[in-house]
This record gives sequence, C-alpha cells and structure tokens, in this order.
Amino acid sequence: MGGGGTSKPMNLTLHVWRQKNRNTPGKLVTYAAKNISPDMSFLEMLDVVNEELIAKGEEPIAFDHDCREGICGQCGVVVNGNPHGPRKATTTCQLHMRSFSDGDSITIEPWRAAGFPVLKDLVVDRSAFDRIIAFGGFISVATGNAPDGNAIPVPKKNSDLAMDAAQCIGCGACVAACPNGSAMLFVSAKVSHLGLLPQGQPERGDRVLNMVAKMDEEGFGTCTNHAECEAACPKEIRIEFIARMNRDYLKALFCNRP
Amino acid sequence: MELKANIPSGPIDQKWTRHKFEMKLVNPANKRKFSVIIVGSGLAGGSAAASLAELGYNVKVFCFQDSPRRAHSIAAQGGINAAKNYQNDGDSVYRLFYDTVKGGDFRSREANVHRLAEVSLNIIDQCVAQGVPFAREYGGTLSNRSFGGAQVSRTFYARGQTGQQLLLGAYQAMMRQVGLGAVKLYARHEMLELVLVDGRARGIVARDLETGKIESHVADAVILATGGYGRVFFLATYAQGANGTAIWRAYKKGAAFANPCYTQIHPTCIPVSGDHQSKLTLMSESLRNDGRIWVPKKAGDNRQPSQIAEGERDYYLERLYPSFGNLSPRDISSRAAKRMCDEGRGVGPGGRGVYLDFSDAIRRLGEDKIRERYGNLFEMYERITDENPYKVPMRIYPAIHYTMGGLWVDYNLMSTVPGLFVLGEANFSDHGANRLGASALMQGLADGYFVIPYTIGHYFASTKQAKVETSHAAFKDAESMVDTRLKKLLAIAGERSPDSFHRELGKLMWDDCGMGRTEGSLERALQKVPALREEFWQNVRVLGEGENVNQSLEKAGRIADFIELGELLCLDALERRESCGGHFREEFQTPEGEAQRDDENFCHVAAWEHAGEGKKPIRHVEPLEFENVHLQTRSYK
Repeated sequence: MGGGGTSKPMNLTLHVWRQKNRNTPGKLVTYAAKNISPDMSFLEMLDVVNEELIAKGEEPIAFDHDCREGICGQCGVVVNGNPHGPRKATTTCQLHMRSFSDGDSITIEPWRAAGFPVLKDLVVDRSAFDRIIAFGGFISVATGNAPDGNAIPVPKKNSDLAMDAAQCIGCGACVAACPNGSAMLFVSAKVSHLGLLPQGQPERGDRVLNMVAKMDEEGFGTCTNHAECEAACPKEIRIEFIARMNRDYLKALFCNRP
Repeated sequence: MELKANIPSGPIDQKWTRHKFEMKLVNPANKRKFSVIIVGSGLAGGSAAASLAELGYNVKVFCFQDSPRRAHSIAAQGGINAAKNYQNDGDSVYRLFYDTVKGGDFRSREANVHRLAEVSLNIIDQCVAQGVPFAREYGGTLSNRSFGGAQVSRTFYARGQTGQQLLLGAYQAMMRQVGLGAVKLYARHEMLELVLVDGRARGIVARDLETGKIESHVADAVILATGGYGRVFFLATYAQGANGTAIWRAYKKGAAFANPCYTQIHPTCIPVSGDHQSKLTLMSESLRNDGRIWVPKKAGDNRQPSQIAEGERDYYLERLYPSFGNLSPRDISSRAAKRMCDEGRGVGPGGRGVYLDFSDAIRRLGEDKIRERYGNLFEMYERITDENPYKVPMRIYPAIHYTMGGLWVDYNLMSTVPGLFVLGEANFSDHGANRLGASALMQGLADGYFVIPYTIGHYFASTKQAKVETSHAAFKDAESMVDTRLKKLLAIAGERSPDSFHRELGKLMWDDCGMGRTEGSLERALQKVPALREEFWQNVRVLGEGENVNQSLEKAGRIADFIELGELLCLDALERRESCGGHFREEFQTPEGEAQRDDENFCHVAAWEHAGEGKKPIRHVEPLEFENVHLQTRSYK
C-alpha cells in the first residue's frame, strides 16, 4: 500500500521568485529543500522551507493558499513553467512531492499576466476576476423572489453541463497558461454555467456582452485557440465553453435589442 | 451580564411568523441612511451582504482572503438539508426540527431550530433561482440523498461541491450589489478590533494585508460571520487562514462566548500521514450512503483488506446502531471509530484508521454510477494517499471539523453587545452539542438570507444612535491598541516560528481536550496553555515588516488569540460535568460507552463573560426548555 510514508525522503533545489512588493522588481533566489517526504503536498514542502528560513533569520516565502483541498482557488504557482505544476487536473495544494524525484531542480514563479500584478513573492492580485463577475456574472434575483425549486424543470443534461462549467474555482491558472494572458476560459465558464439554465435566460445577452467588455478593460488578452488554458485548468474546464461563449456573444451583438 | 434570549411567545410553529409581524420596520426610503459592516464573506456573510444591500442598506464587506469567493464554506462537499419532502418519504418542517434538536443532544434552543427548519424551504428556492446547478433527475426535478441522523432523504447537492455552488450563488448575488455600488468590498483586509461607542458596536479597525495600513470603519451595526474556531486544534479540516480573531476581539469587548467546548469531530477524514501535515481533508459524509465502515474482528490484523474474509470483518456501525447503521450521527460514529482503534483493531500506518469500503456498492451499481456520485472525492483521496479507492477501501479517521460553540446570540442573532450581530458558524445557536450533516450550509444561508434582513431592521427602527466619525476617541484608541500589538509581535525577535507554537497548541488541545476529555486531562491543559501563552509572548519570531504583505505577522496574531481561546475551551469543558454530543467527558458515559447527559444540572447554555486580563471569566447560564421535543436519551439503535 502506498501513502504509508515508506518512501525515501528527497533533496531538491528550488529557484523561487522573491519580490518585496508591487513596486519593487523581483528576482529568482535559490534555496535547498532537504529531507522532503514524497507524501508531503507541494505547499507543505514550502512550509518546511519557510520554517528553515525563519530559523536562519530570513524572511519566509509569501504564497497564497487557504483551503488546501483544491477548491478555494486561492493557491497557485507556476512550477517549472506549468501553472499548478506537472500533474493534470490538480491544484498546487493537491500536488504531492511524489510527482518529483530526488535531486530535481524546481523553478517556482507567480502567475505571469498583465491582469494579475505581483503583490509579493508568489502572491498576485486577482481582483480583476471579482470585477468581471460584478459586471454580469450573476442572475438578478433578489432574496425572497424565488418560485418553488421544482417549478421550472431543468433537463438533466443541461444541468450537468452547467455544473461542469460552474466547477471553475477562479484560480487564474488559465490566464497564467495563455500566451495572450486571456481570461476567456474563466469568463466563458460563468457565461456557460448561467446561460445553460432556464433561470439565466433573461440576462443571457447582456451578461456576455458586459462580461467580455469588462474582461478587455481589465487588460486580459484575447483567445487565439492555443488551448493551454484547458491543459492547465485544475478543474478540467473545457474550451468548448469558449466556443459556446463566442456563439452567445455574436448572437447577442445582433439580436440583443428588443 | 444578562442573557435575554428574546424568544417570542406562542406555539413553536407560530413564533417566527408572529415575531416577523411584531418587529418594527425601517421604511424603504430610510434604509439608505443606515450602514452595516459585515466581516466574513462565506455563506452567512455573503448572503447577508446581498440581502441587506438589496433592501437598500449601505454595506461594507471585509474578508482576509484575496477574494470573497475563497471563504471556507466553499469546501463543504455533501449537501444542504431542507424539509421539502419532494421524495414523499414523510419529511416535514417538524421532522427536520425534531431531528436537529435530537441530533444536537438537547442542547440547542427549540425556537431557533424551528425557524431554521421553516426557512430551509425558501433557501432551496432562492438558490435554484440564482442558478445553483443542483443535481437533478431525468425528468428535470431536484434530486436528494440521505445524511447522518435522518431517516428521510432531504439533502440537496451539487455533486461533491455543494458548498462551492451555494457560495458562488451568494457571492454572485453580492457581487451584483458591488457592481451597483450598494456593497463596498474590502478583500485582503483583516478585522483586528471591534469598536464600541456608548456601549454599542459602531465599527471595526482592520489591517490592509497588502499595505499594512491600519484603517477604521464606522457603521450603525456590525455583523460577524467569520466561521468557527476549530483551528485551535491546528490539524483540522478548516482552511489555513480560518481563525478566531474576530470573535475573540468581540469577546474581549463584552460579547459572551457560548459553549466553547462543543467541537465537532467528523468521522470520515483522511488519516494523518506524517509530522509535516498541515491540514486534514474531509471525505464527505455522503459517502456513507454507499460505503460500509469496518475493521478486522481480530486485534493487530495486518493483512491487506482484500485478504480479510467477510466473516472476519466487523461492520461495527451496522452492528451497534442497526436502525441508522453507516449513517449514524457524527459524534457517535467518531467515538465508535476511536473505540475500535483503542481496541487495537485500527488499520493503516499507526493503527489510527478504519475502512470505508465501496466494493458492495460497486458490485451492486457499477463503477460508473459510483463515479458519477462521488468521482471528485475519489480523485481527491487518490491524489492525497496514492491509493485507488475503486480497488482498495478508503482509510478514514475522525478529525476536527466544526464548532457548535460561538458567540452567544439572542433569537434576533444579536450578541450581548448591542448592535453586534453574529451569523453562521461564528454563533452558537442552532446545533446544540452536535451538528447534523448538511445543516451548516442551511444555517449559514438561513441567517444571511432570511433572518438578519428582518432582525437588523427591528434594531435600527427601535434604537436611537448619534452620528459617529472615525475621528472619535474610541476609534483612535482601538487603532493605537492594534498598532501597539503588531509592533510588539514584530519586536519580540525570539527563537520559535509562529507555526511551531500553533502545532504545539494543537497537539496539546487534541491530546487533553479532544475526542475524550477527563477532569485530569483538562486540568493539565489548563496548566499548559497559559504557560504556552507566556512563552509565545517572549519567544516568537516574526520576521519582515508591518508595511508589506507579511504572512508571519498575520499568523502570529491569530495564534496569540487561539492560545487564549483554547484556554477558555478547556475551562468550559471542565465545568460541563456531563457528556453531550461532541463533548465527551470520559467520567460520564453509559455502560455501552455512549454519552451520558446530566439534564438536571446541565440543561443550559454556558455563556462566558470576559472579566479582564488575568481574571477568571464569569460563567453565565441560559436555561434550555424543551416544550416540544421531550428530553430523552438519544438512541440510534
């Protein structure tokens, strides 16, 4: 049986991006990570390195994280060029050190995108995502206005497909992976989730127009079908949702007037 | 201090309706004259922010995460209860009320629980209307599953990500209000002090976690929706940033802290794998719909599970509690797992684990059906343990998951500080000594969508308050207290990292005040915790500056509060000389090892009042009356 802590500890060399704040340029700094158990998560490995830095009187590496179970979307670093690291469909916090080998060199960088300025070390500002949601990523229904939950049947396949899109955790790996720094996968996931449900129909046209406009305004690039976003997405959101959003967008451009 | 619960009179099923009519209203045009601060953006805080802004109030929302969508409600997996009776299987508002009171081991307030069961119906409707993609049947109607402590199917779910979808619903409703300018959002901000003017909550002091700036914010009422304090045990299913600082600051300003010893230990978590461990991961209770829990009959049986024949396995929950079986409530299932491991029948490294086995269900339904129901949970298990649960049974063990205790609130969800309201897990009100599965999401949304919008209006309409600015002395004093404390933490320059103190506190709490507590262990803990506090303030090492992102400084402040909160938790556990729900005092158990309540002496809420630094807090009592669900020994046999 695996997972029993029987495998041998590893020694690794880390090249980590260190940056004091928004306004100061950063650089890669090399650290040794010794005695790393393969059963540790990637972030637990950084915890160990940080404890050693504190013991030596050096400031620990700042990185974002919270739930450590792959759902909050707060963690995420670029590991050897891959957002969230080498393992498919896995957030950084769920990546375990058994994906690496003794003696490996690992380069750890923050998300790199015009829309996500670095705040410190590996921590970036993703508030642009919140602002895009505030521009239409919702169904306008004030509390108390709802009909009975079973009043409007929803075909199971639509509901399932909506759920596939709704699984997005807003981590931003899609943007970090995209050569254009585009947020199309993120935006299309929300547009598709709400557009697939009957409750989302009244605002479907306005929603896609507004969210795309806001995305452009926030400095994200446009999609040129590299599909890097899909490969990096820890929740396996598919680029078919981008195609769906483009259809909705075109339709809304022409048909959105009553 | 007087604990006035303000429970409305009348029959249980008419109290809330009557109260809604009797409460005073603020007319629509006047609502914009009132402002509300909400700390925390999870299900309770997010839903309250959206609802209050829709009504016309001016709302400010604070969260320490980089976005309100990160709040830990997002991690709830299994589902949300509602007494819809869509399954035609005998559910009703009264049955949900009854199950919750009994599940809480008769330590909750009947009137609050009945209101929760009533509004559960509206929650599902509201979430569907927001576009929450709940699981559905082929005909397009909503699907249900079963959860612990209930014999009906009343749990609504969105795969294994129900909390995520409900939170995103509330978050989106709130962000709509941000777009409209009705909610002002302060992400990466941490509340470090509550500010009182003339004895009423009038604002907070918060630190901008990017720039380190200390800021005062003023309002006509403050709402705390900051979640539970389970990270006092270090290893828990909570998020890393989850903390007790906001409620602890409020406690020190006069908000009573109720039943701190009621902590929930969830039976199905992935066992600890090593000293590096930073958190424990839950495997949803919903898995117990199809998984069977067992250990070998023989102690010290180290064979692979596949080599242990059916007759040599002990499906102990099915054996001990035949009516509820694998869906017995959390406290009961957790203690049973501990007993099995204490008998030497635990499995996996260290013998602290039991099997959760899906082979019967896979044979009966096929692997595809199981994947459809639990696929994401199975993948998560495999990523963490490197074992394939479709082939090998999962290994699980209990872990700290939720806190039923919290700030004391009256029926209107107001604390003992006027103008300070507390919602969701941060308050104590609805779950008694043990929470049933799929009820936390229900409570968070009930408080935020359907209770606070009514009760806060009543507070505003019946209270005259003077206008206050942040230049008021109370704000300046609070700012200087915060600043002094942060500077002190940075100046100690000791030998030990903040995390090392947190780990030590957690181990101590788990060993002496965890699944089993005794007078001796609690007295020991009450010696050790203050000593740890002493050492912390002399020997912690916080590097870096206060003017940039400084995660060590954030942690150190939270840990300092956790140490103090841990002491109160142990004190409450010592004083409650009975076992009930999640609080198990080994001296008080039945011959079968079940919790033995003492209704004569402890059928009450214990609410602690801060008496000043270095002084023993004062224990106040709110008697509990059970007029509808009569006191009885809980049985799931």
